[in-house]
Amino acid sequence: MSIKADYFEVFGLARKLEIDPEELQRRFYEMSRRVHPDFFQTGTPAEQAGSLQRSALVNRAYRTLRDLVSRVEYLIQLEEGRETKEGAAGIKPEAPGDLLAEMLEVQEALQEAKADGLDEAARERVKAEHARLLEWRAVEEDGLRALAREWDAVGDGDGNREALLERMKRVLAARAYLNTVINDLGEALGGEAQNHVSHRRH
Amino acid sequence: MSRIVGIDLGTTNSLVAYMAGDFPRVIPDADGHVLLPSVVAFTPDGILVGETAKRQLVRHPAQTIYSVKRFMGRGYEDVKAELRYFPFRLEPSQEIVRIQVGDRAVTPPEVSALILKALKERAEAHLGEPVTKAVITVPAYFNDSQRQATKDAGRLAGLEVLRIVNEPTAASLAYGLHRLKRGTVAVYDLGGGTFDISILKVQDGIFEVLATSGNTHLGGDDFDRALVDWFLADVLARHGVDLGRDPEAMQELRLGAEAAKCRLSFDERTVLTIPFPQHGLTYRREIARAELEALIEPLVAETLGPCRLALADARLQAAQIDEVVLVGGSTRIPLVRRRVQELFGKVPHSQLNPDEVVALGAAVQAHILAGGITDMLLLDVTPLSLGIETLGGVMSVLIPRNTTIPTSAKEMFTTSADGQTVVDMHVLQGERELAKDNRSLARFELRGIDPMAAGMPRIEVTFLVDANGILQVQAKELRTGKAASVEVKPSYGLTDAEVERMVEESFAHAEEDVTSRLLIEARNEADTVIRATERALGQGRHLIDGDEAERIGGALATLLGVRDGNDRDSIRGATERLNQATLHLAEALMDAALKEALASKPVTEVLEKTES
Repeated sequence: MSIKADYFEVFGLARKLEIDPEELQRRFYEMSRRVHPDFFQTGTPAEQAGSLQRSALVNRAYRTLRDLVSRVEYLIQLEEGRETKEGAAGIKPEAPGDLLAEMLEVQEALQEAKADGLDEAARERVKAEHARLLEWRAVEEDGLRALAREWDAVGDGDGNREALLERMKRVLAARAYLNTVINDLGEALGGEAQNHVSHRRH
Repeated sequence: MSRIVGIDLGTTNSLVAYMAGDFPRVIPDADGHVLLPSVVAFTPDGILVGETAKRQLVRHPAQTIYSVKRFMGRGYEDVKAELRYFPFRLEPSQEIVRIQVGDRAVTPPEVSALILKALKERAEAHLGEPVTKAVITVPAYFNDSQRQATKDAGRLAGLEVLRIVNEPTAASLAYGLHRLKRGTVAVYDLGGGTFDISILKVQDGIFEVLATSGNTHLGGDDFDRALVDWFLADVLARHGVDLGRDPEAMQELRLGAEAAKCRLSFDERTVLTIPFPQHGLTYRREIARAELEALIEPLVAETLGPCRLALADARLQAAQIDEVVLVGGSTRIPLVRRRVQELFGKVPHSQLNPDEVVALGAAVQAHILAGGITDMLLLDVTPLSLGIETLGGVMSVLIPRNTTIPTSAKEMFTTSADGQTVVDMHVLQGERELAKDNRSLARFELRGIDPMAAGMPRIEVTFLVDANGILQVQAKELRTGKAASVEVKPSYGLTDAEVERMVEESFAHAEEDVTSRLLIEARNEADTVIRATERALGQGRHLIDGDEAERIGGALATLLGVRDGNDRDSIRGATERLNQATLHLAEALMDAALKEALASKPVTEVLEKTES
């Protein structure tokens, strides 16, 4: 394994989306025990620099692969990079038009409710909307899991691969839009309804 | 490798510890005290540190600096609001804070260095050998500037700081939690000036921090201030005297309030009696624990928000935490214990002395770095998101908070004008959307870009956060493959050149022979590389060909030849050449280690094998 390995190769894994989290963590810990800078304090400066770089790579790879969404995003980058030879370009997602329109409506309704001072009834409506979108997101994520299983089942060179990548991209885009609106609604509710503070880069 | 000590550089007190056999131990001074008050007095007769300096607080308040940790890596604007509580004067400035003592101005790292130097001397006296290497702890929520300031302080004190470790994680090492086969731990650390919460997963000797949060300006000092304000109002009401204008009286009141607060952790009521002859009165006041609790309740409540945030970031519910550990002197307060217990629903651990546990943990980490412990490993995180300012004053996050360190991120830059050879970057830390609402860490200048048409250069910048949580920046122009030089202007810190100059000045003050000192340093460095190379050859000779082995052997022989000479430059040059010669060997060894890791059996099996 070299410093240029992709994240799947780092952990000696095939480019598949279903990963046993326990096994991934075991490999992560095992590699950390071999390359962490703590164990190279008495090494040459070259060894210290090498350990720092590899340790950073292992940590980045673990962070990316342990979560299904970031794993899919990364896989898409890898697959597209391989085909276009342009390296890991960002995902330019396109969400379905009807979803986009609906999200805009929800946003507008929220703005109006906020402008009117967000009374008790409006709060209840925002809360219900928030819950509905959380459920929607869960459905999208189930869909992503199903697509991930399909991806793992098709072989290299299968014509379905491109179509699967496109479908995964659409789910990711839909999820990103949902996230934005879920965060806005959560913020309007004063944070208590927010389950996770989203801190990923979109 | 020579002994590495562990140092807890605290807001109120500082300690030094070392590994005595299998157990960490704090080092007492000649009188048997382990706590060194973090107080430095600049008197006409010289500089005092610790207990003797603390005694100057009332008589010479303007020249006696305490709680300097609150100023580390900060700007004047950050601390302006609390200056009324401090008797010493700060110069308004846009850069690093400078404290005016008599006719000189000192920076917080210089003051901290004096505290570290006292601990270094204490350790040397106790151990009977020179101490030059240390692990120093910082609050987990310290940002890059605050960490860098701490590292600078170590360097100014003549210590090589091998690692900056987070206080709560250090504490978890001291607690022997590695005996926990598998579990989640919350470390609640409320000290004199800072608050941290860290959530860890412990499994088979690995301490993986899942999330951390906190407030670097919340601690026992703030409780004291609430109490001082209450006493001030009481004196004004009952005696018609405003003591707030009298710095000496304020110090008396602060010290009295602090002592009363401490007593109220054990007694239900206490009495504060302070004579103020200069105002013709003796202030006497009984205070009940319930009254103190009413005063500090909102401050204690402020610690719960970060706890919830850390849990959410760790994707855990409070009920999923197996163990709760209390660290820091302020966790002796019964109200704090109650609130922590309510939040996590379990009785927190407090077997170890909360004042000592961080220093003990630092000694354990020092032992890990020295190679004395190989089955424990701490995987910490960066507490704040790191990013750069982009068009429109927006912060673009490159490394999100709670990312395991070391870590790195790459970003592409280009030029906006034809022939431009310099590109600026503004690096920020924080969670807000707009650049101006986040902490400015530094401005970087990428220089030496070949003049090209606008937008043509492709400059790849690598942001690397090391195991200390400190940022390093490297840049490369991809078309030419040339490295661009990176010039750093820290927003609230010392530049490398300033630290260098201060180190040289300190040599001059100590009337030490700078030349011989530097020569010894160069030889030590050479020895480290010689030993490491011999070891690397022993482990990896089969990974390289004959030519390469010969080149390394040659460079090694050259260094051995000049090592005992008196020419520092040739020692350093030969050391660097040997290091260069081993670059490929180091890479090969590292990759072999990773390959081995992949082929290895599950850890549990390995552990069982080594134990039998």
